[in-house]
This record gives sequence, structure tokens and C-alpha cells, in this order.
Amino acid sequence: MKFSLLVSEGPYTHQAADTAWQFANAAIAKGHEVKRVFFYHDGVYNATKLTEPPQDDRHVVNRWSKLAADHQVDLVVCVAAALRRGIKDEVLAAGFRISGLGQLVDAGIKSERLVTFGD
Amino acid sequence: MKKFMFVNRRAPYGTIYALESLEVVLIAATFDQDCSLVFLDDGVYQLAKGQDTKAIGVKNFSPTWRALDDYDINKLYVERESLEARGLSEDDLVVPVEVMSAAQIGELMASQDVVLSF
Repeated sequence: MKFSLLVSEGPYTHQAADTAWQFANAAIAKGHEVKRVFFYHDGVYNATKLTEPPQDDRHVVNRWSKLAADHQVDLVVCVAAALRRGIKDEVLAAGFRISGLGQLVDAGIKSERLVTFGD
Repeated sequence: MKKFMFVNRRAPYGTIYALESLEVVLIAATFDQDCSLVFLDDGVYQLAKGQDTKAIGVKNFSPTWRALDDYDINKLYVERESLEARGLSEDDLVVPVEVMSAAQIGELMASQDVVLSF
């Protein structure tokens, strides 16, 4: 099955980003496709390479980058939500791109399931 | 064409979810999809008349609801239980809506292709 995900909370404060990442990996491990992960609201904070968690903690941002590199998952950050929060091209981690809300609607149209991870 | 339902559950101010939900609705409208909006829980306050945000210094976006018709979005459903629990009626809302029971909204939700909840 072809999935896309919507992540609407930031990393570390909220578990949504962790659960979404775990869901994506579990789906891929079962042979499904994850076409796109769309980051909205505070979810855009998942995309900044300035993130530096303590060494003994998971690195939420780098995990996304690896997922994109290993499985060609399209990581899209909403431009309006990102600019409001100071997320711009120059701080994007590998594998992320900034685009419009149309990419969320497109994910809903082209995927068999759009799954939301948020509050 | 897919059936998109936007579920608005939160008060219009205090968090950004309501405003950013409306932004998605306006974009989805340009994709020629079958869009509907549901308002429940504190989300019913999003449609309340007489919103005045001057004192909190954020934009009052409630006039945008009246523009939705221009985007061919006219399926607005409001949960009766949520309205009643807050002492509101249809007359207190800025746009015409269809008031439905939670059970009816549940059925409608089950018939959608994409449900986005904010």
C-alpha cells in the first residue's frame, strides 16, 4: 500500500515525530511504500540541521534524513509554516525540501492512506 | 476526485491549528477535490459571530469563512452536541451550516477518502 504521513508537532516536545518515523519504518519493513512525509505546524522543526540533542538521546532530524536516503521518501516542509518559524533552505537537513501546502493535498490524492501524527 | 474532510476541533485562537487548517482548505479548493469541513468540540467557536482579537494582538480570520463559498466549498457541518454544550445555536455562526449529530458526522467521516484533523 502507498502511504503518506502528516507530522504536525515538533520533535522532543511531542512524540508525534517519533511515532511517525517508527510507523514509516514499520510500513517499509512490511513491503509498503511511504511516498511522502509532510511537515506542518510545529512539525517543521523536524527539518532543521541545527538540532543537537544530547549524545545519549535519539537524533530525530538525522533519522528522517536517513529514512529519505535509504528509501527515497520525499520529506516536504510547508513553506508558510516554516517561514513563520524561521525554518529556511539554509537550515534544512539532508533529504528535506520546502514546498507548498499543495504537496499535502497531492499526497492525499496520490496515496492510498494519509496518516496524521499530531496532538 | 477524492473526498477530503477537514475536522476542526480547536478554538480559533490560543493555538495556530485553526488558522493553519483554514490555509490547507483554501489550497485544497484549488485542486478540484470534494471538500467538506466539520466543526466539533471547541472548533465550533471558529465560526462564532462577533470575534474581536484586538486585545490579544492576533489576526481575526473569521471573515474568511464567508469567502469559502467563492472557492466552491459549501459543505460545512457542525456537531449539534458541541454547539449545545457551549450554549450556541446556528444563529450564532457567521455562515450557513448543516447541524448534525455526532453519529451522523461519524457516518459522513467513514465515507471520506482523506480526513485531516486539526
